[in-house]
Formats: sequence, C-alpha cells, structure tokens
Amino acid sequence: MTTLDITGTDEPATPGDAVLSFTDLEVTFGTEFGDVHAVKGVSLEVHPGEVLAVVGESGSGKSVTSTTALGLLPDNARISGTVRVGDKVVGELDQAGLRKMRGNDIAMVFQEPMTALNPVLTIGDQLTEALQLHGIAYGKMAMARAAELLRMVGIPEPERRLKQYPHELSGGQRQRVVIAMAISCDPRVIIADEPTTALDVTVQAEILDLLRSLKDKLDTGILLITHNMGVVADMADRVAVMFKGDLVETGTAQQVLTNPQHEYTKRLLGAVPRLGEGVGQDDAGVAHSVEVEHADTSRPALQLDNLVIEYHRLGKPAFRAVDDVSFTVGQGEIVGLVGESGSGKSTIGKCALGLIPAVSGHVRILGEDFGALKKKQLKDLRRRIGVVFQDPAASINPRFPVGEAIGEPLVVHGVGDPASREKRVMELLDAVELPRSFYNRFPHELSGGQRQRVSIARALTLEPELMVADEPTSALDVSVQASVLETFLSLQRDFGFACLFVSHDLAVIDMLAHRVVVLQNGRIVEQGTRDRVLRAPQEPYTKRLLAAAPVPDPTTQAERREARHRLLAELGDEVVELHVDDDESAARKARQEPGAGTSDVMRGTDPHV
Amino acid sequence: MTDLQTSATPEKSYSQNQLVRMRFFRHRGAIISMIVLGLVILLAFTSIGIGPLPGWWDKVPELQYPKIGDGAPTWEHPFGQDTGGKDYFALVMLGTQKSLIIAFGVGIISTLIGTLIGAVAGYFRGWLESLLMRTTDLLLVIPLLVLAAVLGKMASAWGIWGLTIMLGIVTWTGLARLVRGEMLSLRERDFVVAATAVGTSNGRIITKHILPNAIGTIIVSATLTISAAILLETSLSYLGYGVQAPDTSLGLLISTYETAFTTRPWLFWWPGLMILAIALTVNFIGDGLRDAFDPRQNRTKD
Repeated sequence: MTTLDITGTDEPATPGDAVLSFTDLEVTFGTEFGDVHAVKGVSLEVHPGEVLAVVGESGSGKSVTSTTALGLLPDNARISGTVRVGDKVVGELDQAGLRKMRGNDIAMVFQEPMTALNPVLTIGDQLTEALQLHGIAYGKMAMARAAELLRMVGIPEPERRLKQYPHELSGGQRQRVVIAMAISCDPRVIIADEPTTALDVTVQAEILDLLRSLKDKLDTGILLITHNMGVVADMADRVAVMFKGDLVETGTAQQVLTNPQHEYTKRLLGAVPRLGEGVGQDDAGVAHSVEVEHADTSRPALQLDNLVIEYHRLGKPAFRAVDDVSFTVGQGEIVGLVGESGSGKSTIGKCALGLIPAVSGHVRILGEDFGALKKKQLKDLRRRIGVVFQDPAASINPRFPVGEAIGEPLVVHGVGDPASREKRVMELLDAVELPRSFYNRFPHELSGGQRQRVSIARALTLEPELMVADEPTSALDVSVQASVLETFLSLQRDFGFACLFVSHDLAVIDMLAHRVVVLQNGRIVEQGTRDRVLRAPQEPYTKRLLAAAPVPDPTTQAERREARHRLLAELGDEVVELHVDDDESAARKARQEPGAGTSDVMRGTDPHV
Repeated sequence: MTDLQTSATPEKSYSQNQLVRMRFFRHRGAIISMIVLGLVILLAFTSIGIGPLPGWWDKVPELQYPKIGDGAPTWEHPFGQDTGGKDYFALVMLGTQKSLIIAFGVGIISTLIGTLIGAVAGYFRGWLESLLMRTTDLLLVIPLLVLAAVLGKMASAWGIWGLTIMLGIVTWTGLARLVRGEMLSLRERDFVVAATAVGTSNGRIITKHILPNAIGTIIVSATLTISAAILLETSLSYLGYGVQAPDTSLGLLISTYETAFTTRPWLFWWPGLMILAIALTVNFIGDGLRDAFDPRQNRTKD
C-alpha cells in the first residue's frame, strides 16, 4: 500500500538530520497460529526538536514500530528494513552496543508510570542507575544530578523525593519521574508510548505541557504514540497514521487533522467525540426527560440522599470514598457522573447496584430503599437494574458462549423455558447489532467492541428500568467507541431505561447525558443540566476539567491551551514546564550540533553536575 | 505488546477447550507419557484380570510354582520368581493395580475436598475462611507421613479402600490453598460482579462462573497429587503402615523383598521401575497440562 504524503512540496523540512529514522521497516511475528505481519514497510523520520505522532487503533503496529528502535522486540520477531538512531543502525549493533544506545541516544516514556517504575527501589536509586551505567556521574554527583533532573521536571522538594518510593507519589508525579529518567542521559530522541493514557485529563495536560517544553528547550526529537487525537493536536508537528501495519497517511498535524485525505483517517477523526459538537441527545429529548422527572418525582429511578461510603483499611482510619452525595436520576433520563480517578464515581456506581453498603444516607432505587430490603426482595429489585462495566474482556465469563452469557439473567430469575430464552437472546443480538450466528461463539473470539455489545445485551435481557454503566467505552478504540455509543443511545430511546453513566471523558458525557454531576474527592462539585454544566460551568474545578480536555484541531487546541494557561494563572496555579537554565539549554543545543564530538567532555564539565 | 496479541487472533476460531487441547497435544513429553501410562494401566489390568474377570496371563499371583533355577527371569516367568516360587510378573501386576487404584482414588478425593474447602473459604471470606484456612494450616504443619501413618493404620481394617480415603483426607491442603487464591482473584473480576448484580445466587456463581475458570489449576494440581499419592503409598507400605498383607502394592513388594536386593535384584527392580514409570509419566502429564492451561508460563516455540 502506498502512503499518502500530504505534506506540501514547498513545506520546509524540519532543520537538522533525522535523529530517528525507519526505512522500509517490516516486522513479522511467528506465533502458534502462523505468522503475523505486524508492520508492513513503514518509513518514518523524526528530526531534532520535532514531535512526530504515530496514531492508529490497537493492532495497527504503532507500538511494534517504536519498539524496534530500542531493539526490544521478542525473539519470535523477524525484522527487515533499516532503523537508524542518530548515526547508528540498530540491526547492526551487538548486545553491548544496544545497551549503550538505549538511554544515551534513545529513551522511552511508558504508558503506565506505576509499572514502569520498580516499586522496591527509591526514586533516587532508579534515577541514578542510568547515570551510573552510562558512566555520566557516580555517587554523590549522581544524586545531585538526579535532584537536578527532578527539579527540571517540576517536582517540588526533589532531595526529599529521591528517598521516596514510587507508591508515595501521585500518578502525575510518577510520570514526571519517568520523564526525568528518560532525559537523564541526554537522549537525542524520546519515544513516548501513550504517555498520558493512564492519567486524568488535568494531569494529562500538565504532562503534555512538560513534554512540549522539553523538546523546545532540549531540542530532543519525540516519537509520540497515541490513539488520542486531542493529544495529537496538542503536541504533534507531524502526524503519521497507521492502519493494520501500513502507514496510510503522513503530513503536518494541521493538514492531517483538518484536511485528511485517506479514507481511514477521515473515519478515525469522524469518530472522535467532540466537546460541544455532535450532540447525540437533542434538546427535545432533554426537555422531555425533564418533564418526565417533574411528572413523577415521587419515584425517581435512582435517588441518593446524603450518601456516605467508607472503605475500611487494616490498621488505618477508614477512607471516605464518597462524602455526603445527593442526586437523583429520573426515569428515562441519562445522568453523567464525571470525575477524575479517586473521585468516587465508580464507588457510587457500585453502591447503586447494591454491591457496597452505605455508611449513612439512603440509596433508593425505583422507590425502594436498598438498605432495608430482605434477600428475596433484593433479588427482585436486581431484576430491574442492568449493569455494563468498563473492560469488556473481564466482564463476560470467558467460559460462557455469547448466547449463554446474554441469557443468564433469565436463567437466574427463572424466566421462561429454554426455547423462549433463546428467542429473547436472538432479539437482543439483533438489538445490539450483532449477527445471530454469534450465539455459540466464545468471548475471546470477539473484538472489544463486539464484547461490549454483548455486555450491553446482557444488561438489557430483563428490560431493566435502571442501567448503571461504568466507563463502558473507555477501553475501546475511538471508532468502535463511536458506534457502541450510538447503539447505546438508540437502545436507550427504544427501551427508555434510566441510566447512571459513569465516565471520565467529558466529550462522551456531552454526547449522551441529559444531566451532569461533577465529582471531586468524593464530593459533588457541581450538578445541573448538561448545557449548564458543560457550556457555562460555575465552579473552578469544572472549568479546569473542561479546559484540560484536548480537542482534535491544532488551531483550536492552541487557543484552548492559551485559555487554559490564563485560567490557571487566574486560579493561582503554575503552568508546568521544564526548568532549564538558559546556559544549559544552549549547551545542550550545541551538543546536538553535528560535529560536536565533545559531548562527553561537556557532560563532565556541566556546572550542574 | 497488547496490540500484538489482538492482531494475532487467528482467522479460524477455537473454543477455550480446543485451544488447551491443541497446546497439550503439542507437548511431546506429555503425549509420550500419556501413551506409556496408558500401556502400564492396560498391562496391569488385562494381564491378570480384575475381580472375577480373567486376564491373558496364565499364572496367578497367589499360587506357588516350581522354581526354575534361583528364580531369575526366564521366558516362563519374565519377571522371575520370589523365594517361595510365586510368579513375580503376576505379583507386580497385582501390586500395580492396587497402587494405581489408591493413587487415582486419593487424587479424586483430595481434589474434591480441596476444591470445596478452598472455594468456600475464598468466596465467603470472613470467619468461615479463618476457620477453614487455620484448619488447613494445622494439617500442613503436621508431617504428612506421620499423619498418614497413624490414620492409615487405623483404616487398615478396611483394606486398600480405607487407606485411599485416609490418604485423601490428609493430602487436600495444598489444593485448598491454591483454589482459595484463585477464588480471591476471580471473585473480584467484573463478570462475577456482573453476575452478582443480576441477582445470581452464591452457589451458581461458584459452580458456573468461578470454578470453571479455575479448572486449570485444579486439574494440574490433581495430576500432581496422583503422583505424590503413589509415592506416599509406597513410603507407607514400605514402613509397614500402608497396605497390609494379604493385599499387596508396589511399596509392600519392595518392603517384603528388601533383603533380597543384593542376591536377587529383580525382586526389587521390577516394582521400583513400575513406581518410577507411573510417578514420572503422571508428572510429565501434569507439566503438559500446566503449559496448556497457562501458555504464559512457557511461551517459547520448540
């Protein structure tokens, strides 16, 4: 397949030689089911001070491509083509050469900072390890350099942090430590593999700010792997779109995101839910549901009154996950529950299912108090609640065929006979737009989106009046997410269930919800109709949350970034950036100049070491 | 790397059991062991027959035959003869039969007990778990051989069946802890939570949702228990606490003829070889099953 290169011919190429280049890269994996052609002839270049974003859905080969640059692919991989890091050809290096290259010339920032850091070593040990291995600094000098690195990435009190362990840091701080490790040996290029996927939006915005100032100030090239088009718009200079191992389109971020040429890129961009656009719930629907709520306020689908939930911990005071939360979900209404990790949104979802007891307050479902029910009544009440979880791979029993999984609630509640159950399952398969032939297939044979459709079908089996959906689409690729959400919306219109929709993604909530509840640290920050909360937020936290969500348009995103920085200044927060003295920055730039073969000497005489 | 696995999904679709079977059949050691064990079982049960059913071997273990020479193996008596002239092939086959019955019996009983206790403890938690797991710990700290010897002696009146039950009662502890561990992780999985939220009863969740997903651990552990039971029975019988005459078993044969080791070594080697063959093959099969159920433990292609 030929790659669509939509970079204009008169477009000036980024200055300097490429620090990382792939030429006709092909990767094939030998597996027990035969060969898998993961990457099919990819050619890419990353220049100093440039961010090249590689985008694509899971299975497109983007991670495999970047891993070849580090020479870290498993033994069953066969690689052809050339990968150059600086002036070295990766395929020609022996193990010692590879080790020398990793860290010195190329470094990696991983997706999940908790697993990228060793939990039994202190931050200081892990930071100095690379410095000592590459002979840059030893002992006290290495420690001083490590503290310097932490200060650069904006971690307060670096000397104290050096003695701490990864679990004592927040997710954002951990990712900063990982970035500090990546820049510790002055690599010419950094591979960032989904560096913000595991982080909350506000933290994501901070890490992106940090990465951006890093490439500006240190002139490092960055290969950014991501599936999030908003992150691409925020960061990338150039974009390469991968699809099933092929590079289908390359160009500048502006060109690819605003004027995509390839069919697949168009589809991918079309599927991204955008805040404030592409609203799925028309206003008539909201008005209608509000009416319904007013007509039947005596029996809302879900009513939480001053709910308090605590987790008991051994030898420590109980942790209050949800504190004095009250809101209602009217019949036929979708309420979006938004918040960052640790805000208690999933806990509230579990409590609404009766899986976690409340310490105080009441949970009323369809007019009945969960706490006051007997076992038999509880089972009857559960018939009327459906649930969809986040991870479609984990939420369906892998040993059940699809038909059995969907029909299980019927068996549990003793509804119908085998024939009528099968009929019902077939109807549900039709409703969630899956072929009827899936009846006897097993979950592992299905794709993520298909599995999530199965779990939606299972939730609908007993025609529930209330649905609890806990991040049902956050584990899916964007294009799959779009179609699953569409199905979900049309099902909601047909079945008319009330829904508590838990999500961290404001754009998804914007698409679905009639009303929005914003949570922070177990407390409600703001609640109201979608238009009120998402268009005219009152609370600073909501504003910050909205400002941090990136949109997939470079120009708009640049404006939003400026607006966010202004907002942060108003709220008295600092904008994250790499703290580098001007002389050091200049020294680093000089070091990257071709012909400056004095880098080792420079490192040795660095005034900050 | 997760990207890789999704792209590796085969065109043709297989159920989980088919995948396990495919991986198992590629494990050469396990397949050879299956064949060898099958032959041993076939030989033991068809040669001298079982109960009223006669076998194809024309001699019986109880009768004494005229001795040929010093009783060394001949065409007439391929495994040789013992001191009194009994046909040693027939005797060893009888011993193998009994040892196999005990081993498989113990495997089944201890697996049932271990799964039940582990499942209940892991699923219900709370005081029930404390009670069951502390009992397990108590059984674990008593040396197995001593416990088995005492109980085996008590049950010796009921023949090999009594011994089987007693050994089953003392060997379930390891499995109970394994199953409890599996339960603890599986009960937090979303599909179990989803089943609970629908109103599924505890019994159904355990039997339909959790145990089928722990079947790998259980089966592997069961095979290893079988080979351990063979060795345990042998040790007990050798020490005189296991199978009692007139019943016989491989361990008892070794014990009876241990003095003959230097003068007539075949009386020692044949039952020893049988024990080795059974324990080794069962272990290999267990290995193959473990690799088949959990391919992450051994991903390299051979």
